[in-house]
Amino acid sequence: MSNVRVAGTGLTPFGNTPERTSRDLFAEATVAAFEDSGVPREDVEALFYGNFMGELSEHQGHQGPLMAEAAGVQAPATRYEAACASSGTAVRDAVVRIRNGEADVVLVGGAERMTNLGTAGATEALAIAADDLWEVRAGMTFPGAYALMAQAYFEEFGGEHEDLAHIAVKNHENALNNEKAQYQSAIDVEDVLEAPQVSSPLGLYDSCPISDGAAALVLTSEEYAEDHDLDAPVAITGTGQGGDRLALHDRDHLARSPAAREAGEEAYADAGVSAADVDLAEVHDCFTIAEVLALEALDIEQVGEGISAAREGRTTADGETPINLSGGLKAKGHPVGATGASQIAEVTKLLAGDHPNSEHVPDATTGVAHNAGGTVASATVHVLEEVGR
Amino acid sequence: MSDDEEVQDAGFDDWLDAAEDGEAYYLECPEGHGSLPPRRVCPDCGATDLDERELPDTGEIETFTVTHVPTPAFEDDAPYATAIANFGPVRVTGQVVGIDLETIENGLEVTIDVAVSETTDERVVAFEPAEQ
Repeated sequence: MSNVRVAGTGLTPFGNTPERTSRDLFAEATVAAFEDSGVPREDVEALFYGNFMGELSEHQGHQGPLMAEAAGVQAPATRYEAACASSGTAVRDAVVRIRNGEADVVLVGGAERMTNLGTAGATEALAIAADDLWEVRAGMTFPGAYALMAQAYFEEFGGEHEDLAHIAVKNHENALNNEKAQYQSAIDVEDVLEAPQVSSPLGLYDSCPISDGAAALVLTSEEYAEDHDLDAPVAITGTGQGGDRLALHDRDHLARSPAAREAGEEAYADAGVSAADVDLAEVHDCFTIAEVLALEALDIEQVGEGISAAREGRTTADGETPINLSGGLKAKGHPVGATGASQIAEVTKLLAGDHPNSEHVPDATTGVAHNAGGTVASATVHVLEEVGR
Repeated sequence: MSDDEEVQDAGFDDWLDAAEDGEAYYLECPEGHGSLPPRRVCPDCGATDLDERELPDTGEIETFTVTHVPTPAFEDDAPYATAIANFGPVRVTGQVVGIDLETIENGLEVTIDVAVSETTDERVVAFEPAEQ
């Protein structure tokens, strides 16, 4: 299977810019991605664009063509919606499109405008990723859903809120020198434990912020990269996607994420690697407990042991497998539709040695991006490898 | 949530009607897989002959949370407890009512009830502690 090169990446700052439209955010990310790639816009054969709540936040459907226009690209465009995994699924289909020879250059990414909705409005918009009849109408919010998973995890495997607090502390620490991150401030365990409760046992600092932002990637075939002498040292070598029942209560297990395990196994097999080969990962830590479930699904941690990984230093910047060196969703921010593509951008820069935190992983050659939608009813996993300049 | 009040959600509202009458049910396929309506196909095996079966009287809380930051539809209800209760053939998500929120714990035996949101007056699937 031929590899797909990440020729260019572009991110807006993630944060609180309620007045900026998603078309403006996405345009900024694509300008940066094209500049980084050296690929001319006219070579783009398709745009795959991730967005979750555009109808609610901007009263805007049919965003594919709008975003192609914003990017200055004259190519067919399709919007992908898989809740918080929207652009993860877009990346996956872009990879498949290039691999099967139907395109040499695909623009992929996503954007989300959220803060204009306010906290209550954004909470309501995020909740539509759950089963409206059987979950949302019972008052379940997304923090509430992950709180149910956290409580189920504690019940089955043990652990306590303080273990989760170390994940938030680690991810804030990692974001300190990430100029695109929403929070570039350190917090300590006490801050997390004393923060107002959102949905017990999760508090304000267990939760990612509500964010505006966009991410874009220029992906090319290996042949295109070679023929055009692109500086594209990182390839997406494995892709996988998993699915599960929408409502959390319909899952076999309330404290695991089998869709992510399925996606991970598929991506590892596709790339011909195993969890032991993974040098670093960006995982979907929308809530602190989500990082635990992600690490276990990816076999980076054994089931039941992921809870202690941050506290015991296995996943910190200088640990065995640094996790979320970007700051993760927790500190970098989580503009939902942009997140999956932004993770690919971060892993690419970390492996290429172009990231402010690359100094922590000088020998890293293999990275993973894990993107989850809803309570992990959708999941994508991508393996990226440094293939050399 | 934006449905016109007059318009029902067939299957779901019928289930709430039944639950209000103490006749909550689940759907069962020939393989014995349980699921909740509205549904024409068993999500586990694809069987299309689903029968309504009486839901066991009591379930057990498997996990719960107390939500302090609600959606606007539950603004006046917060803080409130949401739980997943296991009734055997199916699990159900609902609000725990009729109990001090501090005393809810995993393993608590509950019965199905239908409560009303203080914010919207909409019906809400609820759990009440089972009488010992």
